Amino acid sequence: MNETIRFTLNNTPITITVDRERPLLWVIRHDLALTGTKYGCGQGLCGSCTVLVDGTAVRSCQATVGEVADSEVLTIEGLAAGNDLHPVQQSFVEHDALQCGYCTPGMILQAASLLNRNPTPGRAEIIDTMENNLCRCGAHNRIVRAIEAAAEKLNGGG
Amino acid sequence: MIERLDISTQTVSISRRDFLKLSATGLIVFFTTGDLALFTGEVDSAPLPSDFNAFLRIGEKGMVQCFTGKIEMGQGVVTSLAQMLADELDVAFEQIEMVLGDTDLCPYDRGTYGSLTTRSFGPALRQAGAEARAVLLELAAKHLDTAVADLVAERGEIFIRQRPQRRVSYQELTEGTRIEHYVSGTVQPKSPGEFKVMNRARLRSDALEKVTGEAEYAADIRLPDMLCARILRPPAHGATLRTLDTSGAESIPGVRVVHDGELVAVLHEKWDMADIALQRIRATFDEPEPHVDTDSIFAHLLEVAPSPSTLAAGGNLAQGERQSQSVVESTYHDGYVAHAPMEPHTATVHYDGDSATVWPSSQTPFPARDEAARTLGLPAEKVRVISPYLGGGFGGKTRNLQVQEAARLAKLTGKPVQVAWSREDEFFHDSFRPAAVIQIRSGLDKNRYLNFWDYHVYFAGDRGAEQFYDIAHHRTSSHGGIWGVSSGIHPFAVGAWRAPANNTNTFARESQIDIMAAQAGTDPLDFRQSHLQNRSLKGVLTAAAKRFGWKAAPAPSGLGRGIACGVDAGTWVATVAEVEVDKTSGTVRVTRVVCAQDMGLCVNPEGAAIQMEGCITMGLGYALSEEIRFSGGTIHDNNFDTYEIPRFSWLPKIETVIVDNVDSPPQGGGEPAIITMGGAIANAIFDACGARCYRLPMTPTRVKAALAVSG
Repeated sequence: MNETIRFTLNNTPITITVDRERPLLWVIRHDLALTGTKYGCGQGLCGSCTVLVDGTAVRSCQATVGEVADSEVLTIEGLAAGNDLHPVQQSFVEHDALQCGYCTPGMILQAASLLNRNPTPGRAEIIDTMENNLCRCGAHNRIVRAIEAAAEKLNGGG
Repeated sequence: MIERLDISTQTVSISRRDFLKLSATGLIVFFTTGDLALFTGEVDSAPLPSDFNAFLRIGEKGMVQCFTGKIEMGQGVVTSLAQMLADELDVAFEQIEMVLGDTDLCPYDRGTYGSLTTRSFGPALRQAGAEARAVLLELAAKHLDTAVADLVAERGEIFIRQRPQRRVSYQELTEGTRIEHYVSGTVQPKSPGEFKVMNRARLRSDALEKVTGEAEYAADIRLPDMLCARILRPPAHGATLRTLDTSGAESIPGVRVVHDGELVAVLHEKWDMADIALQRIRATFDEPEPHVDTDSIFAHLLEVAPSPSTLAAGGNLAQGERQSQSVVESTYHDGYVAHAPMEPHTATVHYDGDSATVWPSSQTPFPARDEAARTLGLPAEKVRVISPYLGGGFGGKTRNLQVQEAARLAKLTGKPVQVAWSREDEFFHDSFRPAAVIQIRSGLDKNRYLNFWDYHVYFAGDRGAEQFYDIAHHRTSSHGGIWGVSSGIHPFAVGAWRAPANNTNTFARESQIDIMAAQAGTDPLDFRQSHLQNRSLKGVLTAAAKRFGWKAAPAPSGLGRGIACGVDAGTWVATVAEVEVDKTSGTVRVTRVVCAQDMGLCVNPEGAAIQMEGCITMGLGYALSEEIRFSGGTIHDNNFDTYEIPRFSWLPKIETVIVDNVDSPPQGGGEPAIITMGGAIANAIFDACGARCYRLPMTPTRVKAALAVSG
């Protein structure tokens, strides 16, 4: 049953009329027409659909749109500040930390969530946090190095 | 040899690509099918289109459009092809705009596979670039009233060497005019000493789009009135529909149900709503009795194998066997492996009754066009395929089943249709790497030198089967390949999987070589080197061992390192893996991998290194965990919960070495480094603990069983 749901999407308050039980992923991709958030497995197993909800990584294929009412939702399209890439995005570019790019939005948002929580993660914590984000091209080691470099940059280094 | 073409005798009928052919201005470099000899290694018996094709166009603002039928799936050709063209044309890398996989604009291409882009399309593109530059120099000589020999081309401008202020840009030379040039083959591309862009590390040029979410994939296409389709799949391959009740699906507002022959689909504007509708369909199927499963498949393959073809032979097998001190007979098994790209197969089709446009996730845009045309009953030239980025392919996105589905549904509904497979669809309809058996009998002579090698491969395929060691008496036989095998062999589709056949063959060969080295009591690296003549192969073995810090010792040394080598797509590769084996659980952890590769001229060392890292990482999967479990046509692994692909914590330290060889033609880079992973890890496990694994993947259970056998 459709109802009105309000939340903040990429720093802009929005109101949509939608069945609150629909998966957030598909509301983002269809109703909100943002396609940077990817479907990969539909069961929260791969991380391609990761978005930030109030700064924390969430699998949007497993969350319902009702669950994010009154929250702040950030997708890959909202991570850069205008033309200024987020340090994690910039770092992925500089480290060639991607190949096909399909898992990349989820990887970047998962990493951003980690740095929101802990700006100085060690390598073990980075690996542990990224463990359930799958990449088939094999960019893993570069992704880890990119996250380390982004953390350094965020902390005034680099 | 490149076929010479006389421009004046060209009679080319006007068909399509009107923009390029008729209205576009600038310098356009074309080739016709007579030039196909340009594409070394790409020629087969398939009929080729007779119309002409453009490689490149120098147009407005000095921008250079590069047209290629190849697609970008992560392998980095969007960057490396632009590097080649920038160098040949003497323009800045940033001036190149890549147009990939658009069947209306790009030269015909069979598909992006086999690591052919750099070694086959590359030389042709470089030739076109070199000739475009020659034309520009001639135009500039007229414009500046001087001789071509006095001119220098640099960053899209041409100037007189002695008077650099007298200059003219490519843009000025071509603006507002139309200059056609056909590839003649008479201009020499640059030599490595002249490279400024090629053979230099360059970051991916598509990264910005991909980190911001702007990069478009097939499922990101949005068309007015488009419907998303979910298709009813049987529970098993070979199952047939018995009863069907779609009333539950039809009761959802906005859902359309299509039942056409064996095709049952539900469509809705939104994928998730179509998915709910699919779940409300009640269907029963007749399923065939399963007669093979994950473990019985190997005996089945041996049973149904056709008579062999001999791929290579030398000496006298019987004599070799007689002279052997003892014969080691081994059987190797390899299971079905999924491609599992992160992006499932997708296609979007817009059909207006007279023509169609298709956006597929496909490694083969031109065959995809032909599939769509056949399905829609249109001539091929009425169908245009536009290739978005691919979210991984690995050989799995070549069949275009989803294109047929989307085209069929677009015709049946009269609406634009997007078919985006679910992950479960992806596992069900994948064309798996085939399960295979390899039997090897080999022996050492009294000098502990290999002199007997009898190799039989069943169904893996031929690539990489031929051995390259110095063995006096040898034979390589192949029983059934990957393609064209008759029904009743595999219970579902199989096909090319990154470096098809070569992973299985290299695993078996390199394991057996290690067994022979151990029998000879010789260090596995020394044993290989002493049986090799090929300088490239010896070179990569030396390079990998040196970077690793290999110290000679016969296996099992307890050090837990293993080596394997091979050749794929013209590239020589050697890999050293270091492992830790938990003897209690059988768990193998790969701690370090060093890989050396001789790929001839390396166009983008950064891109090549990334491909090697990707191969090594993907190789961990087929070596340690990846295997499709099944009973008959029922696939038990249908998502990432049970089908385990490598994760962050599995990653070893990876070091890549690209052997400098700029004077040799460029070879493949997307596949070679994956072929050695199974063998290197198997040999490292043996070196660590004396357990020899004969079956991939080397799961903890199998490693434990091998440990028990080794005592």
